[in-house]
Amino acid sequence: MNELQPVLLNYLPVIIFLVIGLGLCFAFLLVSTILAPSKPDPEKLSAYECGFEAFDDARLKFDVRFYLVAILFIIFDLEVAFLFPWAVSLGTIGVFGFWSMVVFLGVLTVGFIYEWRSGALEWE
Amino acid sequence: MEQFLGWTENPILLVLLSLGQILLVTVVLLLAIAFLLYFDRKVLAGTMLRKGPNVVGPFGLFQSFADFGKFVLKEMIIPAGANKTVFMIAPILATTLSLICWAVVPIAPGWVVSDLNVGVLYLLAMSSLGVYGVIMAGWASNSKYPFLGGLRSAAQMVSYEVSIGFVLVTVILLSGSMNLTTIVESQTGGFWNWYAFKLPTIIVMFPMMVIFFISALAETNRPPFDLPEAESELVAGYQVEYSGTPFLLIYLGEQIAITLMCAMTSVLFLGGWHSPVGDLGLFDENTLAGLLGTGTFESLIGAFWFALKVTFVFFMFAFVRALVPRYRYDQLMRLGWKIFLPTSLVAVLLISGYVVYTSAAAA
Repeated sequence: MNELQPVLLNYLPVIIFLVIGLGLCFAFLLVSTILAPSKPDPEKLSAYECGFEAFDDARLKFDVRFYLVAILFIIFDLEVAFLFPWAVSLGTIGVFGFWSMVVFLGVLTVGFIYEWRSGALEWE
Repeated sequence: MEQFLGWTENPILLVLLSLGQILLVTVVLLLAIAFLLYFDRKVLAGTMLRKGPNVVGPFGLFQSFADFGKFVLKEMIIPAGANKTVFMIAPILATTLSLICWAVVPIAPGWVVSDLNVGVLYLLAMSSLGVYGVIMAGWASNSKYPFLGGLRSAAQMVSYEVSIGFVLVTVILLSGSMNLTTIVESQTGGFWNWYAFKLPTIIVMFPMMVIFFISALAETNRPPFDLPEAESELVAGYQVEYSGTPFLLIYLGEQIAITLMCAMTSVLFLGGWHSPVGDLGLFDENTLAGLLGTGTFESLIGAFWFALKVTFVFFMFAFVRALVPRYRYDQLMRLGWKIFLPTSLVAVLLISGYVVYTSAAAA
């Protein structure tokens, strides 16, 4: 625990920053609630649709490709997260480490080419 | 922070010290953003041969403060159909998350709120969380334009996040550290030592800086990638239902994120606080620095260069906005997935091969 403490202490300012950031937002909102007028009416509170009455529910069906993008993102972001520690320690793991990562990236590239060929990256 | 490590026995002093640093960073950042916004509008006006803001204060310098006052004094409208809690959390999240990213940005030698050893990872994590603000805003509004805008914006931010990640890896490979201070220190010397211009890696790293810059535009929803708020089709995207202070917070969050991206470009590629021509012997005992104390003077000069670089990158942001027409959504996705992703992946391989084989040859 004692060796951990300097590392943890580094994160203390981040926590304080978080509190200050939240405090700032709430301060703005508080000032606004005190100073700004508040005269709601049903028309003002209805959803904005360029002057029309709202047609139907806003919870629409949406294109499945947004899901695809999200899934692809997870794969590649994990890959990036995996590359970070490798990049830091490349000086010590040397040529062997480099070629292991080349193999790993090669496997992922095969997957990427498959996605490309199967049209997952096409937007009409 | 290093010189205060002796204080760590007294936690209250440590908390007070970082409180002071954080308040200083926040206040200076918000003031800087007020003037950068003015600068942005002036650049846009200049390219269109307009005058731009010129009424409030001398040359309109206080325009942003007037805008701030106006936002705070306007009515806060929360739509009846909205999910009210999430609707209010979204803007708070947007501002807070982009603000706390600044905790790890090294402004000058020794001037950093929290010198994390995983600074780059922290930045990547925090800017990824920024997507939640957009998604929550779009979904909670329970209205069609925000919903579509939120989806588009989330997919766009997520796509460019990947190439930003790969570009960050190339910089980590060259510096061998995720600590931003170390990354800046490894670029000591003139501009020929900055990662964007250093020989022989300039062949790969300069294009990487361009990719980082363009991805930063897309990541922060700036023109020409401002599709989430394509006003001709989606009115204002995920912000349609926001008004008054919640809108101010979303806007502020975006601006802080843009400034952060400018700062990141300068830290990672343009040498952070270093001057473009080396240190010029300014920090000797018998110059001005000797009178003020070398450390403080060096930090002040460093902060000046850092601010100058951030302003320069911000000028590029503003200029691109004025000159480049908006992308279509399919073009945007094609650029992100089919061009930037393979290019940055190849760059990671090239740079890592270079690092491994040059260090193997040296050893």
